Amino acid sequence: MPDAILEIEQLTKRFGGIIASDSISLSVPKGELHAVIGPNGAGKTTLIGQLAGEIVPDAGRIHFESHDVTELSAWRRSQLGLARSFQITSLFADFTALDNVALAVQAHAGHSFHLWADARNEASLREPARAALARFDLAERADVLVSRLSHGEHRQLEMAMALATGPRMLLLDEPMAGLGPQESARMVKTLRELKRELTILLIEHDMEAVFALADRITVLVYGRIIACDVPAAIKENAQVRQAYLGEQEIVVD
Amino acid sequence: MRVGAPVVSALLMPRNMVIATLALLLLVLPAYASFTGNAFLVTLFTRIIILGMAASSLNLILGYGGMVSFGHSVYLGIGGYAVGILSFEGVQSGFVQWPLAILGCALFALLVGALSLRTRGVYFIMITLAFAQLAYYFGVGLDRYGADDGLSISQRSAFAGLINLSDRAQFYYLCFGLLLATIYLTWRLVNSRFGMVIQGARSNDRRMRAIGFPTFRYRLTAFVISGAICGLAGALLANHTGFISPATMHWTRSGDLIVMVVLGGMGSLFGPFMGAVVLLSLEEALPAIIRTLASPLFGATAVRIAEYWQIVLGPLFLLVVLFARGGIDGLLRGARRA
Repeated sequence: MPDAILEIEQLTKRFGGIIASDSISLSVPKGELHAVIGPNGAGKTTLIGQLAGEIVPDAGRIHFESHDVTELSAWRRSQLGLARSFQITSLFADFTALDNVALAVQAHAGHSFHLWADARNEASLREPARAALARFDLAERADVLVSRLSHGEHRQLEMAMALATGPRMLLLDEPMAGLGPQESARMVKTLRELKRELTILLIEHDMEAVFALADRITVLVYGRIIACDVPAAIKENAQVRQAYLGEQEIVVD
Repeated sequence: MRVGAPVVSALLMPRNMVIATLALLLLVLPAYASFTGNAFLVTLFTRIIILGMAASSLNLILGYGGMVSFGHSVYLGIGGYAVGILSFEGVQSGFVQWPLAILGCALFALLVGALSLRTRGVYFIMITLAFAQLAYYFGVGLDRYGADDGLSISQRSAFAGLINLSDRAQFYYLCFGLLLATIYLTWRLVNSRFGMVIQGARSNDRRMRAIGFPTFRYRLTAFVISGAICGLAGALLANHTGFISPATMHWTRSGDLIVMVVLGGMGSLFGPFMGAVVLLSLEEALPAIIRTLASPLFGATAVRIAEYWQIVLGPLFLLVVLFARGGIDGLLRGARRA
């Protein structure tokens, strides 16, 4: 695909006898919100791990924009504009919310061998961080220690940090995990806004959210892609129903 | 900075009052000692200050960076040997000795850090320990420089008449000034962009890499700075005792430094020094205290009982670790709320 921002070719990863990624090939065009769904153990998080550079694939290539990033470390991919969020909240617990996001800004503001000036006084780090917090309704919680924030706030902060790195593409690993209905609805709204600015690869169990947001959906079962299509087609796909959804009806809206 | 109420109330916090009092006492200590003729007090506190400086340097990587270096006394040794060996070979100038002590330690830390920082947890501890043991046995093998008997340093480092290190008070104030400089440097470092990175890496290294930080190079730099500062403390220590031997690099001495940091408060600016004050004062005072308490009950055997003073020190340390997670500094901070 000529305008693909992310191009995955024959990605394969084995853990012992288990194939977590079975020759996955996928192309995500710029501006798309692409959802990856599948039952537990389908290899969704393993896929994100390989895309983000934390897990080394056994075979296959990953291209991001014009770069072959297969061999690049996680921090280099982040520098190229590929950001991820974590399924299990992964923050800096003994820092404030603002410190957390400011670190994400700092990571993309040149090298950090500044040994003398107080980083907490640098407007060039704090202002963009405050803006990112405000976007996720955390402006008033900026100076609260992360260990004292609620689970819902952790999820929002998780997203604010990914966004503060100024990415061109987001890899989101179950951003709605553990959220209540109201918080989920807010997150859907936020994702809908983000979708206009960024390409997003979304892993999510909340089917309502997935079908409301996704331009295309990939269904992963036992590490293998069994379908990749627009939401309406996925809903009608017999193979998907059988393999993944059983005989359950997908209820949307 | 706003003056008035906030400054006053900050000064009235128990922790800050303790630190201010301690600093004041240390400032007038040489005058008090010469007035009362108690020279031992200056000698003792010079040692406490030097080891407090070494503990502060360890705190930079252990407390702020989460790197449990179990071989930090090796830098005291290298710094000390730099002074001892150069002095033995006829180079008495501190302008040569001290920079070489710092440089030698920085290079050794670069080597140790480059290998150990690729690992985590117990492996990291074991590699730092292994390098320290390596240096220890290297010292034992230095036949020309006294091997395991060590090397006497007959002359203190000379600074072209600028300062006379043989003068007890001058040397004391130099050490005190360098301790304060170390704490100030630590304060600047940990609040800088660099410091945010090493603290972030302590808290969650995986996330740091995910948001785009090549954390290894920053952690390695912190490791080298820490080793270099400890090397300077080593140069001071060798001048203080007029002696250097492989025993300085023994792993139990590295353990002492860790105890000082944990006792005083990991990741607190003044904690490690307070830890050094408490630990080394207790080491001096406990035998006498036990002897005094035990003599009415046990008579002459009290002296023998006092030899086991560590039986008291051990549980004391255990209590702090169990009930005061922030160490002495944490206790004093918590007192504000009570």
